[in-house]
Amino acid sequence: MAMRTIFGSLEDHTQGDAEIISGSVKHYVFSNMFAVAAKSAPYEKVVVAKNLEYVMEAIRAEGTSPWFACSHDEFVIDMDGDVTIEFVKLNEPNAVAPRDREGTVAVSGEPAGRRMGTIELKRGHQALLPAGAAYRFTAARPGVLLMQTILGPLSVQKWADICMHPQTEGVLA
Amino acid sequence: MALAMDLVRSSEPDPINGYRSFELGEFKLTRDAYFATVDWPAKGQRHIHKLPIDYFLRAMMRDVAWGFFYGWVNFDHIFGTKNLYGTVEMYAGRYNEAYHLAGLSYVETFDEPVIMATFKAILADWVNAGFDPFAAPEETSTSVFGPKNGNNFEAIERTRLNTQRMPGVAGDSPLRDEAAYPINRHFLDVPQDDPVVRAEPGFEDQLSAFNLFKYLSRSDVTWNPSVTGVCKASLACPTTEEFILPVFHGNDRVEWFIQLSDHIVWDVQDKETGRPRAMITMRAGDVAAMPADIRHQGYSPKRSMLYVWENATPGLPDRYESGELPVYPVEF
Repeated sequence: MAMRTIFGSLEDHTQGDAEIISGSVKHYVFSNMFAVAAKSAPYEKVVVAKNLEYVMEAIRAEGTSPWFACSHDEFVIDMDGDVTIEFVKLNEPNAVAPRDREGTVAVSGEPAGRRMGTIELKRGHQALLPAGAAYRFTAARPGVLLMQTILGPLSVQKWADICMHPQTEGVLA
Repeated sequence: MALAMDLVRSSEPDPINGYRSFELGEFKLTRDAYFATVDWPAKGQRHIHKLPIDYFLRAMMRDVAWGFFYGWVNFDHIFGTKNLYGTVEMYAGRYNEAYHLAGLSYVETFDEPVIMATFKAILADWVNAGFDPFAAPEETSTSVFGPKNGNNFEAIERTRLNTQRMPGVAGDSPLRDEAAYPINRHFLDVPQDDPVVRAEPGFEDQLSAFNLFKYLSRSDVTWNPSVTGVCKASLACPTTEEFILPVFHGNDRVEWFIQLSDHIVWDVQDKETGRPRAMITMRAGDVAAMPADIRHQGYSPKRSMLYVWENATPGLPDRYESGELPVYPVEF
């Protein structure tokens, strides 16, 4: 009998549950990236996991994003929908994303540099967002991206809104 | 390592079942047709603990493959190892509340090359032909049981890839060869298309993408993470899971799980005592932290894709143990 692999999407996702025996469900910082993206503004970088300065961000891809850049490598996984990424090799990367500054930064206006090309992603595809390049996303229909990066000025933390807490969890009495 | 191999203490093969016994410090490890037996001293006596041999070998295989991992690798509620990064503690009963309070626990510390060489020697001797400790039970033979019957060096000596940035990037670790890594029977419906990369001349080596779900669908092991994204000390370590995580992993730092497909149930216990803390069911898209004061074991009824996310910043265990860092990653 053929097995069916279940992936999530904006349209079809079911969050799991937590049965707490001792402690609080808040200790597990438990969210669902599709539920987060369903309530996010396009390209809002909502932190869903944080390990000291490192973060994973759930991003709603919809329309064309602003241009972004970063002083270090970042990685993005397409979790739902089709997304195209455009890349520009920055003429002055340190002026846009200084080496001593971590996380994604916004690029003011059009990035100055040579066009590097494009990458077209579908669900399950992962792309490198290389240090020193500007990039922007385009999605004809709403989708979801998961980004591995470092906490930066564009990162949005709203844990109480996205995570299970004692009032929302399916905790056994 | 040749020197460490010389320090492995083993017996001649048992005349009845054919397996060697091993000694590591005051510990003695033996196996028979169905069980591994751990034997240690406490309160002036020898104490024994038995584990089903298939469970024991699956756990030991992970401990070896992971290089003793981050923190505690509990083979079960009694026996396991704690990574001190350079040395490794081996314990019996230390993280079992009843044994420890009764004074029956025992801990001994070994140089990492010595315990690694001993564990590899145990695997080489105790894993029979046809049994793959990395495989799900349905995928491998029951030849693990019974008297000694050959070896399976190919299964226990898989090479771990060393990824610097991302698989497939120029000069980095390779993507999985389609001929050598067929699609797993549970992932036959996973699309195998590749991203479309259109690089301008001169940038061919700078733009890179791959199909992560395809990559995972062709994994030939379970519960064995491999690195697919390196952002300074932030390591993306996705893996495919089926049946039971063969160990209770005790965290010496915060770890995060992101469920990419299907679902896993996590049995979460107190790291020190083993008292139950929570049962967390994670479904596709779910994100959850494993705090720095717990141990966890996962149950995956169908092969699933799990994105394990680690922080490899040096010195974290001491910072958590001293209280400098909170065991919970976020306050809200």
